[in-house]
Order: sequence, then structure tokens, then C-alpha cells
Amino acid sequence: MNGFLELFAEYDILGAFWMNIRLTVLAAIGSFVLGTVLAVFRISPVGSLRAIGTSYVNVVRNTPLTIIMVLGVLAVWGQLKIEFFDDFALNFFTYAVIALSLYHASFVCEAIRSGVNTVPQGQAEAARAIGLSFLPAARVVVLPQALRGAITPLGNTLIALTKNTTVAAAASVAEASGLMKSMIEFNPNLMIYIFLTIAIGFCIIVIPMGILTTWLSDKLAVAR
Amino acid sequence: MKAQATVLFDAPGPKARRNILLSNAVALAVVLVVVVLVLIQLNNQDQLAPDKWINALDANAWANYYLPGLQFTLQSSGIAVVTSLAFGLVFGFLRLAPFGPLRWISGVVVEFFRAVPVLVMMFFLYFFFSRIVAPAGLIDSSDAAYYGVIVGLTVYNGAVIAELVRSGVRSLPKGQREAAAAIGMTNNQSLRLVEVPQALTAMLPSLLSQFVVIIKDSALGYLIGFYELLQYSRQLGSGYSNILQTLVVAALIFIVINFILTWLASKLAGRLSSRTVGDTTPATSTTGVTVGQA
Repeated sequence: MNGFLELFAEYDILGAFWMNIRLTVLAAIGSFVLGTVLAVFRISPVGSLRAIGTSYVNVVRNTPLTIIMVLGVLAVWGQLKIEFFDDFALNFFTYAVIALSLYHASFVCEAIRSGVNTVPQGQAEAARAIGLSFLPAARVVVLPQALRGAITPLGNTLIALTKNTTVAAAASVAEASGLMKSMIEFNPNLMIYIFLTIAIGFCIIVIPMGILTTWLSDKLAVAR
Repeated sequence: MKAQATVLFDAPGPKARRNILLSNAVALAVVLVVVVLVLIQLNNQDQLAPDKWINALDANAWANYYLPGLQFTLQSSGIAVVTSLAFGLVFGFLRLAPFGPLRWISGVVVEFFRAVPVLVMMFFLYFFFSRIVAPAGLIDSSDAAYYGVIVGLTVYNGAVIAELVRSGVRSLPKGQREAAAAIGMTNNQSLRLVEVPQALTAMLPSLLSQFVVIIKDSALGYLIGFYELLQYSRQLGSGYSNILQTLVVAALIFIVINFILTWLASKLAGRLSSRTVGDTTPATSTTGVTVGQA
């Protein structure tokens, strides 16, 4: 335990977790928007849009996130010289958010699609019967019910996203897992305490999200 | 697609057919514009030069980089599948144990390993194996990353599988347990001979999709210096400064393997559904239990 408490003064542990949370929030927004668009593509009457949605999901879902992150940093930034910001840290942060959003959008799309499958056929038929065409019917009738039916898979995706923000270490973003790595490198005798500190930090963030997901999916379930 | 299509929209009339044709044309045009822009950007940075692609695809690249890398990726994932299955069965059983404290302790272990990111686990295990286990002479220090990857994958995916076992048994119709009790089986016999075999059969497709998760997560080993497919591809790419090309090839290899496994999982689900009363749908895309997706 000797020297353990000094670590809190020496390293910005809370700041590192704050970075994970910022990555989570921004990538959650990005992947939700892209995932919803893809889900609408996949249920639309237009064949080419369905093909685009399906290929995106099949390609991205089967690629390791680490490769997407490394491709962004080493290939798109390193070789194609695409730079979002002059500031080094901000530029890599942006790359991490984009990689996380692109990857998790495929899971959001699948989650929403599984939610659409919980909406009874009669709902869409009733929407058409009162004269709504595809987009209004999707927006007003189908998607609101689908989202409520998709709370559990969406929550699971958000939890996976929170944990996957650690992969931003591959883009040298100063987040908790990278901080843990350098803390252990310089204090190997405190290895187990440092690991438990970071691990419990993630438990504190992730376990309530699981409980909240279960509670929300019960509360928001569409009574049928 | 056909069955679902009828749910959300009518068979198109003349006007709708015109709209669909128009939308198809617009979508095609947008895709073409994006492809052209990407190609222009690639060309501006001289990434379309033939030798960059040839070096990423020739016999040397396959024999000395992709195939050895793929071997380590598949080897570590394959071992991790077996060990995490063992871990998952043991803890899944413990979570169903009639003795309270056993259930609580295994519950805490499973929840902990599910909540900790695999990468955090792997960083720690890498230091653990290289600074504590290797100096003690138990393993070779050059294998620290290899063991770190396998154990990291095992505890996370084992915890996910333990949860699958538990929810698989819980979701069986209660008539199964009652029937076992009616013919005089004890609680233990009922679990071992009736409930768990059916739950396991129902779980097989989910296990196969968990294999995809394990293969994808093995790429995290790159960050602790494990020589797997991603590491080898990056090395090949830095040798010929064609890292974009080699990483694209590596990504394609992962996609093909995982796509085949995902497809097998859904085939298997269809075939097994007659052999169990449990739900055989692979867990990645359906609601129900919390599954590790990445």
C-alpha cells in the first residue's frame, strides 16, 4: 500500500476517466445518428439503400475495432494526411470519436432493427390506412415504438461502447487504460492496486448503466 | 427481406415505383461520388501506386506476414474459446448452486469480469506475466503478451458465457424441471441431466457468435505487443510504407472469417431449434441477455 495514495496526487486518474466519458458521450451521439439512418435504410422500400445498410453492417460489425482505430491513425492520418485540427491531442481525440461512432453504428442499427421486429404488423398497416407514406409512418408510428422495444440492445451497445473507449489508447488518447499502463510501468510494485483502482472505476460507471437499462426497458416497454 | 418488406410498406404502385427508381439513382450517384472522392484522395497521396498494392498482396506478404499472423490470431482465439467455455460452465453452474454464498461470490466474479474492459484486463495481465510470472521462471518472458491475450479473453468471455448458461437454464419452460422432479430426480440431477444439456444446445449458436467476439478482441493484443495478424500487417506496412494497403488486407481477412462464422451461427440455430425447448437465436443481434459485442 506504501505510496499508493501518492499516486492519486501524481496521476490525474479522474481526468482520465473524464476522457472516457467524453469519448462515450460524443461517440454515442455519433453512432446513434448514423445507426438510425442505417436502420431506416435497411427497412426502406428502396433496394439500393437496403444494400448499402446491409453491406455497412456486415463489413463493420465483423472488423475488429482495434483495426478501425489503427487504420484511422496510421493510414488516414499518417498516409492520407487528413487532419481535423492542428492541435495534436484534439486531432487524435476526433479520430477516436469517429472510429468509435463508425464501429458502434452497426450495432445501433441492428438494435433498432430488432426493435422494429417487435412492432406488430397492424401498426404499420394502420399507419398506411390513414394515408401515411413510408417516411412519415416510420417517423411517427414505427420508430418510436421500435426504439422503446430496442432499449435493452441499445443499452448493451452503450455499455460495450463505454468499455471500448479504452481502445482509444491505440490513438494515443489520454484515457484510463493508457494511464493505467504508464502508472504500472513506473510503479510495478503497486500493480495490483493500480489495476483494481481502474477496474473498480469502470465497474462504477458500467454496472449502474446495466441496471438503468433493465429498469428503462421494463418502464418503457410498449404494453401489448 | 420479402416477409419484412410487406410489414412496412405496400406493394409499390406506378408512382411509388418511379420514386424508388429515382431514389435508387440518387443513392447510386452519391455512392459513386464518394468512391471517386476517396480514389482522388488516395491518388493525391500516391496510395494507388501498383507496387504498394503488389507488396501488400504478393507471396512474401502472405507467407511471412499474414499467414503467421493469422495462425497466432486463430491459435490464441481457439484456445480462449475452449478455456472461456470451461470458465463459463463452472461459473454458470455456481450461479445456479443451491448454496447462497456460492451464488453470490460467483455472481460478483462474473459481474466484475463483465464490467472491466478487455483492454484494461490485458494491460494488467501483460505486466503480471512479464514482471511477476516470468521472473519466477514459470513462463518465457517473450510469451507474456501471448498469455495476457489468452487469459484476458478467457475471463471476459467466460463471464459472458456463464451469464448465457444461467439465463439459458432460467429461460427453459418450468415444465422441464417439474417433469424431472416428477420422475424422482434430485435438484442436481435435474440440472445436470435435463436442464443444462438443453440450455447448452440452445446456446451453441450464441457460442459461435461469441467466437467472433473473441477473434475480434484478440486484435487488442496488438496494443500489448502480441504478434497477431494486425501486428504483422503493421510491420509489413512499415517496411514498404504501404501501411494503408496492408491494414485493409488484414481487415478483409478478419471480415471474411467472421462473416463465415456469423453465417454458420444462424444456420446452426435453424438446425438445432428442433432439439431443445430453449431459444436458439444467436445472442448478438437479439434482445434478452446482455452480450459482449466487442
